[in-house]
Amino acid sequence: MSAVKLTAKVRSQKKLASDIYSLILYVPEIADQAKAGQFVSLYSKDGANLLPRPISLCEIDHEEGTIRLVYRVVGKGTEEFSHLEEGDCVEVMGPLGNGFTLKDKRAILIGGGIGIPPMLELAKELNCEKNIVLGFRDETFLLEDLEPRGEIYIASEDGKTGVQGNVLDAIREYEIKGDIIYACGPTPMLRAIKEYAFANHMEAQLSLEEKMACGIGACLACVCKSTEVDDHSHVKNKRICKDGPVFDAGEVEF
Amino acid sequence: MNLSVNIAGVEFKNPVTVASGTFGSGAEYHEFVDLNKLGAVTTKGVANVPWPGNPTPRIAETYGGMMNAVGLQNPGIDVLCGRDIPFLKQFDTKIIVNVCGKSEQDYVEVVERLGDEDVDLLEINVSCPNVKEGGIAFGQDPKALEQITKAVKAKAKQPIVMKLSPNVTDITVMAKAAEAGGADALSLINTLTGMKIDINRRQFALANKTGGLSGPAIKPVAVRMVYQVANAVKLPIIGMGGICNYEDAIEFMMAGATMVSIGTANFHDPYTTIKVIDGMKKFMEEKGIEDINEIIGCVK
Repeated sequence: MSAVKLTAKVRSQKKLASDIYSLILYVPEIADQAKAGQFVSLYSKDGANLLPRPISLCEIDHEEGTIRLVYRVVGKGTEEFSHLEEGDCVEVMGPLGNGFTLKDKRAILIGGGIGIPPMLELAKELNCEKNIVLGFRDETFLLEDLEPRGEIYIASEDGKTGVQGNVLDAIREYEIKGDIIYACGPTPMLRAIKEYAFANHMEAQLSLEEKMACGIGACLACVCKSTEVDDHSHVKNKRICKDGPVFDAGEVEF
Repeated sequence: MNLSVNIAGVEFKNPVTVASGTFGSGAEYHEFVDLNKLGAVTTKGVANVPWPGNPTPRIAETYGGMMNAVGLQNPGIDVLCGRDIPFLKQFDTKIIVNVCGKSEQDYVEVVERLGDEDVDLLEINVSCPNVKEGGIAFGQDPKALEQITKAVKAKAKQPIVMKLSPNVTDITVMAKAAEAGGADALSLINTLTGMKIDINRRQFALANKTGGLSGPAIKPVAVRMVYQVANAVKLPIIGMGGICNYEDAIEFMMAGATMVSIGTANFHDPYTTIKVIDGMKKFMEEKGIEDINEIIGCVK
């Protein structure tokens, strides 16, 4: 089994919040092989936007042969995707990256902003006690989908929902306990989680992001510093698209 | 119908290869592309020792193109010889090894090491805009270019292709310098130095501040330079710069290129190389062209 690039049919698209969209694609060749923490590359129809947009998998429905992508409109590419409607076609490559390694341990799932979507598929695949910590700027999204999957705790920058502050403020405020952290979100958040995990002697799997070009490990654009010499270039750079995007916290320096 | 071309005595089954750095050493793209179908695989630049490359972000999209400042991250010649060349030898395709260095001695060391390897051409990268030492410094001064070409040629067991930078006032001066140094062929163009600023963060889009612009945005510049060089020197040319489809590839060949390289387009569509080869065959059929060599430099 390996990644494929093909034309996917849009099953549906829904706006979840300002600039946040939920897109369901019928693409059994990808859905069949995919797992939590992996991503796909979506391609713009406009030749002026050459590079694929990496988007994490929010849900995978193996029976239906569909994948769900929840993404934020941040530029021309994602703006174009937000206009896709049922029946439209879009070029997609995947599944890409390594995904999370599921452990049978009390889990804390942490998602910040547009790092929240991959936590949904992860929560579905993890069969253990789950505390799910979500950090929002202001508007919330995906709460209805996540609520049946575990105990939900929220932090928001404006304090309108949950604790005012960030995800670590919520963890401290609610005294959330666990043996392993799975996290995806902005780099400063992941950096703070890495420190928190070390201080509390916890295992942590962090999903990183970086500007990408090829998405398959060839171009060496999306590297991060690693503690050990990497297998590919024999320096200390791991490729986020291929060796990641999920890394053990001790494996990477960022 | 004949698609095969010859560069410095090496016979390629078709004129299509990949631009160094966009295709790794083929291992990743092998999932998408049957490497047996390519005229050659051109590997990512390799130095005498591993290079870590530049800080991130290393990449930024621009209108109809992209900029990169990867900085030639590579595992060094030992890993290339131990892992990447044996991988490529499994396929029925030619191997072009791109060589980079910080000093003349670095280049010579890599070229000497490759003398015992079963590879077909050595492409000497004297035009990377993203490394501080070596690279482009050799490619912007005709005397330095002639000197390094001579030094490499003296030690090389395979024919050498000097890869030229477009970041010069007159590329024919550089082409003539490489020819005078004993180059067997030329490849052009490398990327054009560019800059992008993120106006919201008031920062450079690339950690390196500047990067090399590639993609369809640079194609007319590349075609013009291939044409100029083809008319200034007798050496065969591997043409590249924004080729996305067979029409682009044919354009380069009509301007004077014997082979073409697909680079940035691999990121947009990993199947581009195969589509270009198939498209060329269709074009030849439609136009009644028996031999692809007929069109090389046909536009005067």
